[in-house]
Order: sequence, then structure tokens, then C-alpha cells
Amino acid sequence: MAFLIEGFLRAMELLLSGDTSTWSAVSATVKASTGSMLVSLLTGLPCGFILGYFDFRFKRPIRTLLDTLLALPTVCVGLIVYAFISSKGPLGDMNLLFTLTGIAVGQTILAFPVVTAITASIIENIDPALKLTLVSLGAGKKNIILTCLWEVRFGILAAAVTAYGRILTEVGISMIVGGNIKYHTRTMTTAIALETNKGMFADGIALGIVLMAIAFAVNLSLSFLRKR
Amino acid sequence: MKSRQCLSVLVAVLMVLFCAITVQAGGKGELMMATTTSTDNTGLLDYLIPFFEQDTGIALKWTATGTGKALKLGQNCDVDVLLVHAPPAEKTYIANDFGKDRREIMYNDFVIIGPKSDPAGIKGKDISQALSTIKANKAFFMSRGDDSGTNKKEKLLWKNAGIALPDKEGWYVQTGQGMLATINVTQEKNGYTMTDRGTYIKYQDQQGGDAPLTVLVEGDDILLNQYSVLTLNPKNCPDAKYDLALKFSDWMASDAAQSKIAEFRLLGKKLFIPNAK
Repeated sequence: MAFLIEGFLRAMELLLSGDTSTWSAVSATVKASTGSMLVSLLTGLPCGFILGYFDFRFKRPIRTLLDTLLALPTVCVGLIVYAFISSKGPLGDMNLLFTLTGIAVGQTILAFPVVTAITASIIENIDPALKLTLVSLGAGKKNIILTCLWEVRFGILAAAVTAYGRILTEVGISMIVGGNIKYHTRTMTTAIALETNKGMFADGIALGIVLMAIAFAVNLSLSFLRKR
Repeated sequence: MKSRQCLSVLVAVLMVLFCAITVQAGGKGELMMATTTSTDNTGLLDYLIPFFEQDTGIALKWTATGTGKALKLGQNCDVDVLLVHAPPAEKTYIANDFGKDRREIMYNDFVIIGPKSDPAGIKGKDISQALSTIKANKAFFMSRGDDSGTNKKEKLLWKNAGIALPDKEGWYVQTGQGMLATINVTQEKNGYTMTDRGTYIKYQDQQGGDAPLTVLVEGDDILLNQYSVLTLNPKNCPDAKYDLALKFSDWMASDAAQSKIAEFRLLGKKLFIPNAK
């Protein structure tokens, strides 16, 4: 029990003293998660929109598949990405193994289904009256789509926050693809796993608190977007 | 309109960040090593590698896993050099043309540790007797269970004692974790485990010198724990940085590095004993 309190104090110490290994892990986490969030939003939002807005064959099976992918184990994503980017893999020449970019690729695979699935259900649940009203007001197709998107902006924000949570907390991908290399690919979560493995429980808790602080900062800035 | 501008600024910032990541990735002038948890967890590499970088100007990065996975990473050419401790597996590895230039660098020894009260009564017995006694008493025995160098050695000891690996027994607990984590589990379960001495000293150090677990069996020749550097065979991995790997191997065997290894101590005890020829 004692290590919980010790961990809390240690967290303050790590943050205030500018401990280089902690800050390099913070920076690695922020870089990888920002990259993967960006790509998964840019690809996931349009896919989610198409899936929710239009009716086409195989729509249901695709949704079911997507919902299943929400349960994708992170370690398996890590192994799959490793298979491709290992030197002996098909993408070995890209030198992505043991890099933050490699981690970001894996995290994108993790976040894409989250963004797509949540966006799709939000779009599906738009009030049908909205479309009717817009048509009766003489709005063109482009305007209808843009207005619909604007109406669901907070829902989309929720999709982003959820995906971000999944990315920020994953260990499996960062460990296998990143290799937990100090000052390079050691992220907050792999650092926590390492400290725990070494029996340094207080340090594990401390890093966990630092990670929560990052999440808090991100959500705080998003909450300002929400107010507007 | 204002929020739309906000959004475009946000996207622009994210773009820049993403580019920063991509540019930073894939450095070429450095050496990548796969090693075992014991060299990393004890703090040896954090202490030693800055000297290597200073002497040679070569940047070295390492990933610490079990020896099994480290060898696999080498076989797939994902690293350039290996620092491992499983001599029989290393020899097979070289015979299969995955690695070469095996060079012994340092050793410590494996010990069986357990509670000070030693409920099963193995203290001072030889290694085979000790394992038989643990089995007869159904005392908790923690195994790494992860095909690491330590785990390979432990399995060999059961075999030598004439006992089939008890991996379905309730008292035989496979943690699947690193050595220090496994020692911590052993402490919680009040059981026994086999560890390299370096990690045990690190654990003692963490416990403030007053550890509930103590060394009960030690000193047998078979308990020797040899660490070696292996380079990757260019036949299998033509792109691995063979020259740099060889330089690392030479440096580790140099007098300077060997005396540094000897100077690395916790609680006044040597964790690794240099023995490069």
C-alpha cells in the first residue's frame, strides 16, 4: 500500500525536477499518439461518414466487422505490424521497427475502427427531420452534408477522445514495435511496464500519474473547443 | 467561422508534429542491440554504454527482452548485435548460420533463493537434491516460463535432476515475466526461485539490504551464467552493421571495458565478473 503514496510524491518530483528520462518518455508518447490520432481521424472520419450516411450492400456485415475490431488485442496488433516491418518482412526496407513512426502505424490500426465505428453510429442517428428541413429550405447536397457534419461535431469529438484514450493507454504495440528503447521509443506505458517489472512499484504509479496528467491536459483543451 | 479557423490551425499543428516524427525516425549511423533483461534491469548497460559511445563515437541503442526473443530478433535481422546468456542455444544459433563471432565477456552465477526460514529445507544441498526436495514438499517454485536464458538453464537443471518438467503442477508457477518481477512474485508467495546473482543483488539493494529472500543453494559448476556477445552472420543478414557490431564486441573484451564491468557494484558486491579472453 505504501508505494501508492510514495508514487504520488514521486510523480510530483519527476514532473517538477525535469527528469530527462521521464520527459523523453512523455515526448515519445505525445509524438506517437499525435501522429496516430491524426492519421486515424483523417481516414476514420470519412469512412465513418460514408458508412453512416449512405445505404449500400454489405453495410451491415462491414459494421459488424468494424465493431469486432474494437476488441482487437493490442499485443496482436503489435505482432502483425512487427511481421510487416521486421527486416525480413515485406516492408522491412522502410526501417520502421524500433521507431516512433512504427508505433504510430500500429496505434493507427488500433484507433481507426474506434473513430470509424463511433462516427458511423453518430451519423446514423442524425434526426431525419434535419435532412427534410434542409431539403425544404432548398439546400444542395453539399450543404446538407456539411450541415449534418456541423450538427454532430460534439459526437465526433467524443469519438476522437475515446480513440485517444485507447492509444494513450496501449502497451502491447509500443513494447513489440518500439522495443522500449530508453530515450528513443520508451513511452509512458512501456516505462510503467518496465518499472513494474523491476519491482519499482512507486515509480510505476508515478509515471501513471504523469500519463493521467497528459490525458487531462488534452481533454481540458478539447473542452474549450466544446464550449464554443 | 472562428471555430473553423481554429480547426485548420489545429490540423496544421498536427501535420507539423507528424512530419517531425517521420523525419526523426530511422537513424542510420547507430548500432542496435538485443539483450537480456538482467543486463538492463541491474543498470549495467546504463552505466557501461556511455563509456562505449565515448570511446568509439558509435551510438548504441538496445532493447531488453528474454534471450529467446533476443535471438529471434537477430534471426530476423531486426538488430545488429546480441548480448545474451544461453551458451547451448547460442551454439545452435551459430551452427544455423544466424550468428557468429561468439565472444565470452563476463559471467555471474545462478543461485536458488527462498525464504529465510527455508520451509522445504533445501539449504546447503546440491542443486539436484534441492529440486527433488522442493518437488517432494510441493513448495512453491517460481519459473520465468519465458524461454529466457535463465529459464533455459532452469529447465536443464530439472532435467539433470531426473525430474520431468513439472509445468502442470500447482506448486510450479510460471510468471512469464522478467527476473526482478519473478523474484517479487516469489517473495509474495513465500516460495523458491532460481535467479542470476546480479539480479538478486539488485533486489537486495531495492529491499534496503534486508531482503526476506536469501541464497540457499549456490556454487555448483553447472550454475555458471556466461554472457557473450554475438554478431549476426552476414550470410543471413547482409544489411546488419557487421563492422560496428565487431567493434562493440572488441570493445567489450578490451581491458578498459573489462575493468569497468568489474567496478560495477551494488551493496559493495560485484554483479558481473569479466572473463573475456
